Amino acid sequence: MLGYIDKIREISKRLLDEGRVDMVIGFRKGTMPMMNEPSFVKNPGEVSKLVWDSNCGINLANYLTDRKEKIGVIAKGCDSRNIVTHILENKIKRDKLVIIGVPCKGMIDRRRITAMFDAEVREVNEEGDTITVKGPGFEKKLKKSDLLQENCSTCIHRNPVLYDELAAPLVEEQKDIERYAEVRRIEAMSPQEKWQYFEDLIAPCIRCYACRNACPLCYCPTCFVDESRPQWVGKSQDETDIRTFHFLRAYHCAGRCTDCGACERACPVGIKVRQFTGKLNKDCLEMFGWEAGVLPDERPPLDTFKPGDPGDFIK
Amino acid sequence: MGVEPGRLSFSWISSAESTKFVDVVKDVTATVKALGPNNNFKKAADKVA
Repeated sequence: MLGYIDKIREISKRLLDEGRVDMVIGFRKGTMPMMNEPSFVKNPGEVSKLVWDSNCGINLANYLTDRKEKIGVIAKGCDSRNIVTHILENKIKRDKLVIIGVPCKGMIDRRRITAMFDAEVREVNEEGDTITVKGPGFEKKLKKSDLLQENCSTCIHRNPVLYDELAAPLVEEQKDIERYAEVRRIEAMSPQEKWQYFEDLIAPCIRCYACRNACPLCYCPTCFVDESRPQWVGKSQDETDIRTFHFLRAYHCAGRCTDCGACERACPVGIKVRQFTGKLNKDCLEMFGWEAGVLPDERPPLDTFKPGDPGDFIK
Repeated sequence: MGVEPGRLSFSWISSAESTKFVDVVKDVTATVKALGPNNNFKKAADKVA
């Protein structure tokens, strides 16, 4: 995916030069390996800052909410689906955007890499499908396909669904992927086992809200956890409050989540936050045939009624 | 998420269906009582902030 960089810079420079956009939102190298950070490029001379590799997992749709200027935004498959969701929810206007689509072959999970080595990982380079990891006294070549983020390994929307420019030819979508194996495993548990499973899952949570902040769906001016009049959720570390936060946050994403994995990537204690949203995504697909952000002109299942909607739960 | 089946129920009852309302309420109360108290979402009084 490294080859995309030149094209991304070329398109960004052209858009800025022609005045079609006021800024381009993309990625620049982070100060740590595997931690590329969002970059807002407003000057054509600065496009050389922009990079692209397998560490661009942050969802850039998160930076578009309620923006008024003309923006060029770099969008992977999942980012583009969140842009569609933003447009549907009136958080950004389509005509304010120039979407630079980037067909994506998955982002690497930095936790998998750091867990492999005892010493600190100081440098990570990629070439094609080979990732070279360097640190004090070691250098190892790894296969990218073994290091993908979980959501990327089961992704079936690698190509952007909506774009004005493309940074590279479209890639082949993954087929015959079992996307919900983990959800099915949890569904098969008894209520007590499920309860315990989620208790253990959220046990390390420190309520930093990084998952919420990284999520493009969480744009409420005052989040329910921050509201104090009325106070919906206690602000303590009590497990009831932690639980309420996670369950409610997931439900706020129902029918909207694109499984971009930004929440899980942002979690400083490594909670698999996608375990919550995964079930809701699966239900939306099975009950309403809906995947968020794929259709730019159809209302999401939770704000529309169709005669065929499943109603068996109503007695 | 680990809420027992039966603890949550949904019904569609018209304002004209008073007898159905009574039946549903009786039914739901009986099912929930049989399940016993739900302590899962309960916070101890001294921890309420």
